[in-house]
Amino acid sequence: MPSPHTHGHDVGERLFVHRHSVIHRLPAEVKTVAMVAFIFTVIMTPPNQFWAFALYAVILVGVAGLARIPARVILPRMLVEVPFVFFALLMPFFGTGPTVEVLGLSLSQAGLLAGWGILIKGTLGVVSSILLAATTPARDLLMGLERLKVPELLVQIASFMLRYTHVVSDEMHRMKLARESRGFTATGIRSWPIIAQSGGALFIRSYERGERVHLAMLSRGYTGRLPQLVTVTTTAADWFTAMSLPAVGLIIALTAIWAGR
Amino acid sequence: MTPSLRIAGLAFAYPDGYQALFGVNLEIAKGERVALLGPNGAGKTTLVLHMNGLLSGGVGTVEVAGLTVEKQNFPEIRRRVGVVFQDPDDQLFMPTVRDDVAFGPANMGLTGSDLAARVDEALEQVAMSEYADRPPHHLSFGQRRRVAVATVLAMHPEILVLDEPSSNLDPASRRELADILRGLDITLFMVTHDLPYALELCPRSVVLSEGVVVADGPTRDILLNDELMRANRLELPFGFDPRNVPA
Repeated sequence: MPSPHTHGHDVGERLFVHRHSVIHRLPAEVKTVAMVAFIFTVIMTPPNQFWAFALYAVILVGVAGLARIPARVILPRMLVEVPFVFFALLMPFFGTGPTVEVLGLSLSQAGLLAGWGILIKGTLGVVSSILLAATTPARDLLMGLERLKVPELLVQIASFMLRYTHVVSDEMHRMKLARESRGFTATGIRSWPIIAQSGGALFIRSYERGERVHLAMLSRGYTGRLPQLVTVTTTAADWFTAMSLPAVGLIIALTAIWAGR
Repeated sequence: MTPSLRIAGLAFAYPDGYQALFGVNLEIAKGERVALLGPNGAGKTTLVLHMNGLLSGGVGTVEVAGLTVEKQNFPEIRRRVGVVFQDPDDQLFMPTVRDDVAFGPANMGLTGSDLAARVDEALEQVAMSEYADRPPHHLSFGQRRRVAVATVLAMHPEILVLDEPSSNLDPASRRELADILRGLDITLFMVTHDLPYALELCPRSVVLSEGVVVADGPTRDILLNDELMRANRLELPFGFDPRNVPA
């Protein structure tokens, strides 16, 4: 029985924001390639060319506007970046070479620049990924990867993960309820063995489910390949539209490299 | 006419030495509906897994509509034998209902409009057409069980094999599934502990105990045979009397 807390909120759908826009309509593999290429142009850009990053940010805001994804969706999701921000913030303290005084702290100039580079490039990359995930259902992304000739086995593993995340998290939730209804409360380090054992039991259960799913697949003629069920036709116009993003990115990057010589 | 299923002298031991089947003989005619009864550990699931070659390596033979279950026949055997497993979450592994129902026929080589027609037809048979584009986990348990039935109906099987079809269903879903199963023009083999369900759907029952068939006859006669029932740990639910059920 599905418990209400997870109903309709599996990983794939939670990220996707349903809209009708040019960006949403583009085939998944086209968007994926465009996004990866765009991120590469951002990475190529020297960190001291501040104007270039401002332009990249404007472009992404434009994409978000076209896709009608509001800032209140994008901003909270950017929190995934926080651990990386932490490392970026440390760099000015551990960098070498000439230093500057900021608020009485002696900071490395090279470290400051490197930290800024990581921060801005990471942020732009994260926002690009958020936009891709918000405009493409997870399932389409996987099918797109398949069409991009990503090894089939990897795509299959990812798609099973998508399908069963919900089943396994439900099972985990039931185990938690069972623990707590017998008086268990997690209190610090002494409850770790219990939680670890539950984790082990969950692993065994999931493994056994995997075996049962495999039997069910064999019963319906599975021979190692998932059938290609949807035929998506990608037009030259789709590629042209999507690749305009990294094309503009490339022009900015090359200009920035030339200006920074 | 060739029977849908013929099992002769089937014996099987698991690699760890545990012997589950000790010479099973069983023949099911085309269009028959047969229930397989027996206590836990009688070898029912082991028997089912032999019917489409998921288990093999013992002695004896299994034939489905005249075709022997052996490796070179597996693709055709798995088309002919539609196994519906007990937990629909094991059976429904694709992202949407439609994709899942298409999985079997697509493996058989169907594509395009033929494939779509198969899917629509199968979903129609279990009254789930309007849920085609939903992910399986958004459905109720009863709906998932019905979709699981559709996934094998889409392969146009010779024989439909159901493992505990009524388990975990609320009474309404249980009855809806019975209506659907009764309406199918297909050979049906159903493993169950739900004896009233067996009586309702299957004119004939087979009792498996400790790896052999110990009884095979009209379901009503078997349920009324107290001695046989007791000897095989079969019990009717409280208050249920097969004599009160109209034939």
